Amino acid sequence: MDLHFGDSKPTDEERAAVDALLGPPQSSWEGADRSDADLRWARGGRAARDRRDLLLPGLHAINDRVGWISEGALDYLCRRLTVPPAEAYGVATFYAMFSVRPRPATVLHVCTDLACTAAGAQDLCAGIEAGLGPGSGVHVERGPCLGLCERAPAALAIRAGDPVRTAVAAPATVREAVLAASAPDSAPEEPPAETAVPQAGQDGLVLLRRVGAVDPSSLDDYRAHGGYTALREAFALGPAGVIREVTDSGLVGRGGAAFPTGRKWQATASQPDRPHYVVCNADESEPGTFKDRVLMEGDPYALVEAMTIAAYAVGAHRGYLYLRGEYPRAISRMQHAVDQARARGLLGDDILGQGHSFDIEIRRGAGAYVCGEETALFNSIEGYRGEPRSKPPFPVEKGLFGRPTVENNVETLVNVLPILTMGAAAYAAIGTARSTGPKLFCVSGAVERPGVHELPFGATLGELLESAGVRDRLRAVLLGGAAGGFVRPDELDLPLTFEGTREAGTSLGSGVVMAFDDTVPLPRLLLRIAEFFRDESCGQCVPCRVGTVRQEEALHRIVERTGAAAAEDVALLREVGRAMRDASICGLGQTAWNAVESAIDRLGAYE
Amino acid sequence: MTVTPLGIPRRLLEFTIDGEPVRAPEGSTILDACRAAGKDVPTLCQGDTLAPKNACRLCVVEVEGSRTLVPACSRRAEPGMEVRTDTERARHSRKLVLELLASSVDLSTTPMAAEWIKEYEAKPDRFGPDAARVNEEPRVDNDLYVRDYDKCILCYKCVDACGEQWQNSFAISVAGRGFDARIAVEHDAPLTDSACVYCGNCIEVCPTGALSFRSEFDRRAAGTWDESAQTRTTTVCAYCGVGCNLTLHVQDNEIVKVTSPHDNPVTHGNLCIKGRFGYQHVQNRG
Repeated sequence: MDLHFGDSKPTDEERAAVDALLGPPQSSWEGADRSDADLRWARGGRAARDRRDLLLPGLHAINDRVGWISEGALDYLCRRLTVPPAEAYGVATFYAMFSVRPRPATVLHVCTDLACTAAGAQDLCAGIEAGLGPGSGVHVERGPCLGLCERAPAALAIRAGDPVRTAVAAPATVREAVLAASAPDSAPEEPPAETAVPQAGQDGLVLLRRVGAVDPSSLDDYRAHGGYTALREAFALGPAGVIREVTDSGLVGRGGAAFPTGRKWQATASQPDRPHYVVCNADESEPGTFKDRVLMEGDPYALVEAMTIAAYAVGAHRGYLYLRGEYPRAISRMQHAVDQARARGLLGDDILGQGHSFDIEIRRGAGAYVCGEETALFNSIEGYRGEPRSKPPFPVEKGLFGRPTVENNVETLVNVLPILTMGAAAYAAIGTARSTGPKLFCVSGAVERPGVHELPFGATLGELLESAGVRDRLRAVLLGGAAGGFVRPDELDLPLTFEGTREAGTSLGSGVVMAFDDTVPLPRLLLRIAEFFRDESCGQCVPCRVGTVRQEEALHRIVERTGAAAAEDVALLREVGRAMRDASICGLGQTAWNAVESAIDRLGAYE
Repeated sequence: MTVTPLGIPRRLLEFTIDGEPVRAPEGSTILDACRAAGKDVPTLCQGDTLAPKNACRLCVVEVEGSRTLVPACSRRAEPGMEVRTDTERARHSRKLVLELLASSVDLSTTPMAAEWIKEYEAKPDRFGPDAARVNEEPRVDNDLYVRDYDKCILCYKCVDACGEQWQNSFAISVAGRGFDARIAVEHDAPLTDSACVYCGNCIEVCPTGALSFRSEFDRRAAGTWDESAQTRTTTVCAYCGVGCNLTLHVQDNEIVKVTSPHDNPVTHGNLCIKGRFGYQHVQNRG
């Protein structure tokens, strides 16, 4: 590959940031000063190209250090990795957290998504901008859900430097958000993860049992609370035995698609092509979802153990944890947990003396909802634009780096631990016949006790809302997030199971339950959902790229209209929505019209 | 003599298209089988010399058992498959794709677009006068070809032809995201500052005329571009020993464009800068 580079040079800081990740360059082929030896020996080439997957970490390194990605910095990173600058530019401009134009070192992300808007995010933004004033050195960015819905409204400050510093203000007042942005180091500590779990400490919890009970930084504490018994059980069962248990348990994916986990594992394990990979999807970006964050912040070793079991079952020796870039605390806790597990022989070459080798690498997302789609996530890890691939082939056959890959959501994986410790039969006895086990629900909005609630499948929407303390004048409940659907306040008997919600013509999705009272006009919420999909569409296929724009435009036109005045645009929305659902490449476009449709059909919006 | 590689014999798969039994060699796409059966399925982003990207979704068909429509251009035929190409559902999506494209970009130089819009009764105007458009100005930054991204449907064909599928120059990529995504060189610089080698293989595969010869662009601007008055002569490039085929498009005794036959077993429609653009000496009559 004959790469062409411009004349821009990296600053010393940018060069140091890249070198801190990749080590110093070995030759002029990689961007070092030219020596005589370089004229005789070309280094780089294939070996460097094989490190393409370090492109995203490299972009993070530059962005973390200087706050934006300059031409010189991008060129230097490309030289180091033998990546064409045009492709790297395409990758850098794909992610919302990166900028290829100069901007202040501090960026304050203010969530203006559903829960935060209902909690006054618009006033907060205006207040912050007034409070910071011109020339404050803070770039305020209105953005999608930060996964802090239980403490809405939320803001996340990121200050570039060495090291990069972050501060979360949630629930944020203007004063707190301004403080977080102007002095991230002296901002008050975030409340512990268990404050997002109203049931913390109660008996009978399965998945949230340890959240708040264990010290999330201590491996010993994790083991004292029953940690690593499931892995021992797995080694006793053997890989086929683990897959049998997971299959018999009836566990299905908790990320939204509800695919049987045992079948996925079996399909991956039986592929002759090697190596196999385990990928944990922790790119939790569905507006209203924050369960995975709470699990990773409150019980990080559980995910390390669960990924190790998955890897043992499917014969993988390398795992990737793709973690949302907007979750700094979850990233640091998971990194600490992985490092500790490695230091203690629970990751590495010979885990628990059983001869199984497995290690986990954490990869940080950079602000792209579509990367929660499994194949887009693979592309993102591999250093390409996070665009979904066309299926078939499915990931169990050709996944990460084109190899058989099992990809599971955080909550799905964490369910494997109780399956092995209590046995498949006892696990399957929880919940209903077709939706087995416990389920985490992310309750937010107009409730007294927002947070992650654990209930066995089969509880009704009313029971869940009652335990969360729903407020009066409930107007609508959004199930499953922006890709889900609204239900009416008179549908509280709805059983929260995959089959129950399907029969009722809605979906459980990732477990979002967002309650809205009548203080926020429904058309405004729908417009925000449409804006979200327009912003997050990757742009690959026409129905989604243009359809999400047309959907937003139509909702804009009718935001103040009803009845006959809105009828024409409602009909247009139906036609566009149908084509998006039928003809889009991935789930993003296919579900981009769900919530709007449900609001029209179930709630009678615009009537 | 042209040698046509036959390849290894392939098993024939049996399935149905619109209720009629068809047989297609293993590995064929639904589109291959449709075309062999004489069914017309419209395509934009599909390229005969490129791996299917299935980005435009114009070729969607119904397959029994599939939750969504499937792109005929990339989905491989399977035995027993029941494909329906002309259902109301498939036609609805095709109509919408045409409307969404025609309301956001200029399809005036896209072959077949006007016919399809008529056939599917697409009404791009119904999104209203304020419907967002791509709104790009033509980029004229070199003497050889023009990038008019107001006509770009983002089919990825130029990126694939420039990258690993043909030219390996990697001069262009898709940058940005969603409706704001554009084909661009790094830092959105002019082409002259990029890795472009001016082979023009991106123009060869562009389905909409967003990429065009400067000679074509200037004549269209002047109103003197007249395809009906053009002749096409396929000859052999005289620059080197490879022997690539050139198809010279001649209007008023001037070469106005050079293409290359896609079925050439060696070059598959690809040329280098000399074959594609180096024809001026032929017309130096002084």
